[in-house]
Amino acid sequence: MKIKEQIFIGIIFLIFFVIVLRLWQLQIIETDKYKKLAEQNRIRIIKIPAPRGIIYDRNGIPLVENTPSFSVSVSYEYLHKIDTKILSKILKVPEEELKTKLEKKPESMYMPVTLKEDLTFKEVAMLEARKSELAGLIIETEMKRSYPFNKATSHLLGYLGKITEEQLKTDPSLSNFPPYFMIGQTGIEKIFDEKLRGIPGEKIVEVDALGRELRLIKETSPVKGDDIYLTIDILLQDAAYKALEGREGAFVAVKPDTGEILAIVSTPSFDPNMFAKGVSLKYWSELTADSKNPLLNRAVHGLYAPGSTFKIVTALAGLEEGVVTPDRVLVNCTGGISYGKWTFGCWKKGGHGAVNLRRAIVESCDVYFYKLGEILGIKKLHKYATLLGLGSPTGLNIFNEKSGLVPDEEWKKNVLKSNWFLGDTFNTAIGQGFLKVTPLQMATVVATVVNGGIKNKPYIVKGQANNKENLNFDKTNIEFIKNALSGVVNEPAGTAFTAHSSIIKFGGKTGTVQVVSKKIKEKFSSKHLEHHAWFVGFAPVDKPEIAFSIIIEHGGSGGGVAAPVAKNILESYINKKRNLYVKN
Amino acid sequence: MLKIDRRLIEHFDWITFFTIIAICFIGILTIYSATRPPLDEGEVPPFYVKQLIWLIIAITGMFIFISFDYTVLRKYWLILYIIGILLLVIVLFTGKTAMGAKRWINLGFFSFQPSEIFKIVFIISISAYLETKNSPLSTIEALKTMAIFGIIPFVLIVKQPDLGTGMLILITTFIMTVYKGLRVRLLILLLSIFIISIAFLWEILWEGLKEYQKNRLIAFLDPNVDPRGIGYNIMQSVITVGSGGFFGKGFLEGTQGPLKFLPERHTDFIFPIFAEEWGFIGCLLLLFLYFTVFFRCFQTSVIAKDNFGKLIATGFTALFVIYFFINIGMTLGIMPVVGIPLPFMSYGGTTLLANFIGIAMVINVRMRRFELFYP
Repeated sequence: MKIKEQIFIGIIFLIFFVIVLRLWQLQIIETDKYKKLAEQNRIRIIKIPAPRGIIYDRNGIPLVENTPSFSVSVSYEYLHKIDTKILSKILKVPEEELKTKLEKKPESMYMPVTLKEDLTFKEVAMLEARKSELAGLIIETEMKRSYPFNKATSHLLGYLGKITEEQLKTDPSLSNFPPYFMIGQTGIEKIFDEKLRGIPGEKIVEVDALGRELRLIKETSPVKGDDIYLTIDILLQDAAYKALEGREGAFVAVKPDTGEILAIVSTPSFDPNMFAKGVSLKYWSELTADSKNPLLNRAVHGLYAPGSTFKIVTALAGLEEGVVTPDRVLVNCTGGISYGKWTFGCWKKGGHGAVNLRRAIVESCDVYFYKLGEILGIKKLHKYATLLGLGSPTGLNIFNEKSGLVPDEEWKKNVLKSNWFLGDTFNTAIGQGFLKVTPLQMATVVATVVNGGIKNKPYIVKGQANNKENLNFDKTNIEFIKNALSGVVNEPAGTAFTAHSSIIKFGGKTGTVQVVSKKIKEKFSSKHLEHHAWFVGFAPVDKPEIAFSIIIEHGGSGGGVAAPVAKNILESYINKKRNLYVKN
Repeated sequence: MLKIDRRLIEHFDWITFFTIIAICFIGILTIYSATRPPLDEGEVPPFYVKQLIWLIIAITGMFIFISFDYTVLRKYWLILYIIGILLLVIVLFTGKTAMGAKRWINLGFFSFQPSEIFKIVFIISISAYLETKNSPLSTIEALKTMAIFGIIPFVLIVKQPDLGTGMLILITTFIMTVYKGLRVRLLILLLSIFIISIAFLWEILWEGLKEYQKNRLIAFLDPNVDPRGIGYNIMQSVITVGSGGFFGKGFLEGTQGPLKFLPERHTDFIFPIFAEEWGFIGCLLLLFLYFTVFFRCFQTSVIAKDNFGKLIATGFTALFVIYFFINIGMTLGIMPVVGIPLPFMSYGGTTLLANFIGIAMVINVRMRRFELFYP
C-alpha cells in the first residue's frame, strides 16, 4: 500500500479506537453513575399527605375538620396553549394576571403551574363543564384544615404553616416530609403535631421526559393522624369568646376536682382558617401591625397584677397562719392608712368602718388587707402565693406559659437593688405592686382553693396523667373563704352584687388593677390608662364544677365590668347546654 | 446490457452487502424499540415498518446502480454536478420548511433532500474531475477543486441551513483533494489558511450561527451548563449509553428512549438506544460490522482498476466514516451536536437510499476491477 493509503486506514483505526475507548469509559468505568442518573430520570417519588387527626372537645364535638379544597393548575405542556380567556371568565381573575402566572417558570421543570387555590364549588363545576375546551387543565383536591368555631378556638388550637427550614434541621421526625407540607406551628396543632400529622403515603411512579406519570410502581397509603380529645368544653369556650369579643381580655376555666381546662380564650383573636393554605402576607401584616396584638394569647402570655383577686391568697394565708379569725375586727377603715409620709388609700373613700375578714373580702376592704399583710409579712405572703402556684408555670406544658412574679425581699434586692419597704408589703397584700400573674394562674388558684386545698396540675388533653398535691389547708378556713366569695356576688354589699345571677349561683372575687397612678389618670383621660378589670370565681357555689378567671384590659372596675361578663358567660353556657340536651 | 456476466456475480461484494443488511436490521430493531407502542406518537404505519419498506427500495436502488459499468459516468460528470447544484438552489426557494430549515423538495407524492442526492453526484463528479489531473495537483487546480466541489455547495447547503451536511461535503472534498495528491507545502498552506481564517472569521461565523447552533456548541464544550436546557441532549445521550453497562439492559428493556428523555431517538440519537439495550458487548459487535464495511470500501479503492474507481471508493469511504464518526462522537459527547444521521441505522428514507447508492458505486467499482477498458 502507498503511504497515503496507510495513513487513510490508520485514521479509520484511530477513529474506532477513540470510540471504543469512550465506550469503555462510559459503559464500564462510569456505568454505575449513569445507571443511577437514568433511574433518577424515570422514577419519581410523590408524597401523599396523610389526613391530620381531628381535635375533639370533651363531649366529642369536632373543633377542627379536614375539608376538601380545590385548586386549579395547568400541566407543563399546555402552559402556553391553554385558553386564558375562558379561565379568566370562570375564575374571575384578570387574563393578564393568569398569563404572567403561566409565563413564570414552574417551581421545578415539568411541574404543573397552579393558577388559583380554594375554588368554590361553582367554579369547579364550571371548569368541569368546559374541560373539553381546556386541555391540560388539572383540578386537584386537597384536604384543608377548617375550624368551625373560628376565632373562638384560634389561640387554643393554633394554626398550620409550611415546614420551615429551621424545623427541618432541628426536628429529625420531619425528614420524611417534603418542605411544602403543612405542620402545626402554634397551639395544640403544634404541640401534638407528631400525633396529629400521621404518616404520609408514597407513590413511586415512572415518568416520562414531560413528567407525565406512566406507570405506578409502588404505592403506600398514608396513615391518618391520631385524633385528640381535649378537656375543653366548646360550649363554654364559645360562650366566653362571644362575651369577650371586641375587648382585649382573657378567660380561663378549670375543673377544680381534676385540673381539666374547660375553656381558654384570648381576645382579640384571629381567623385560623386564613392560615389553612398558608397565611397571606397581607393578613399576616394586618395581624402583626394591629396594636391590640391579636396573636398574643393573653390567657397564658398576658401578665397582669392580680389586684384584689389576690386577697383570696392573703386571706387564706392569714387564716392558715392563725393571725386572724373570721370574726376578729382587725381595723377600723377610714379610707386609708398612713405609713411614713405616704398614705395608702382604700378604694372606698369614706372607709368601711370596723371590718372583720368576711366583710373585708365581700366588700374588698384594702385597709384590712394592708394591716393583714403587715401582720403576715412578705415572707408569709410569698410562701402562700407560691404554694398556690403563682410565680411559676402551672405546668400546663402547652403554650410555653409565662411564670409571672411573686416578689420578696431577696428578689427586690437582687433585681431592683433596693430594700423592701412596708409599703411594698401593703401593695402586695392587695395584689398590686410587683405581683404579676397570668389569667391561667389565677384560675388554678381559685380551683385549688375551692377544691379544698388540693392542687391539680392543669391539663388539656383527656387522659393525660394528672398530678395532685394536697396543700393541707384547714377545711373550716376553706369553707369560710368559699362562703365569703359567694357573699361577694350574692350579698347586696358585695362588690359584684350587680352580677348575681338567678340562673346560677356563683361566687368570686373582683379585682381592679391600677395601670397608672390616680393623678396621671385624672390628667389624661385615655382608654389605655383605664384600669384592668378582673373577676375570678367558681360555680356553682355549693358544689363547684368550674373555677375561672377573667381579665378585661382597660375595662374599668372588676365589679362593674368583669363580673357581669362572668355572669354572661355562665348563663349563656348553661342555656346552650340546656338547649343541646333538649335537642338531643 | 441486461446480460449479466457470471463473473460479475462472482465478484459482487457479498461480505459488504450482508454486513450492511445486518446493520440495517439492527437499525430497524432499534427504531422499533425507540418508538414502540404504546409510547410512540401513534405514527401510522410505524417507523420501523416504514424503514423496512425503504430498505427494500434502497436495495432495489442499489442493484440498479451496480447494473451498469461505473466508467460510463465519467462522461456525464458535469451534467451530474450541474443537476446537483441546481437542486440545491431550487430547495432554497421552493423547499419545504421543517423545524426552521428548508431541506426538502416536495414532489407531492414524495419528498426528498437534495443534499442527499448531491452527496452522491458530487463524489462521482469530483472523482471524474480529479482523475484527469496530474498528481500532485498544482496550486491553482487544488484551489479550483476546493471552490467548485467544496465551497459552492457548502455555501448553498449552509444556507438551508444544514451546517452538518455542509461541513461534511467540505471535509470530504478536502480529503479527496489531499488524497489525489497535494504538494506538502500547499497542504500546509491550505491548513494554515483554514485555521487562520477560522480565527478571523470566528466572529462573523459565530454571529451567523442560529441560536440553536450556538447552544449546541456551548453545550458541547460543557454539557453540565444547564442539564435541562442546551446540554440536555448530550447529557441524556451520555446517560443512555453509560447506563447500558457491559451487557446492556436487554432488547426493549431500555428506559431512556421510550420515556422520551432522549430526543431524536430514532434518527440522530439511535446509537445510544442501541448502546443502552445491548451494552458494551453489543456496541463492539456493531462497531465490528461498521469497520468491516469501511475496510471493504477502502480496500476497493486500493484494488480498483483505474483512478476514477479509486477516487469514487475513497470518496464514499471518507463520507461514510465522517458521518459515522460525527454521529457516534456526538452521542458519546466527544463531538458537538450536529444533526446528522448514523448511516444505515438512523430512520430516514432518502438518506438510506442515498447511502445504498453510495455503497452500490463502491461495489460497482470493486466487481468490475477485472474488466478492460472497452465497453
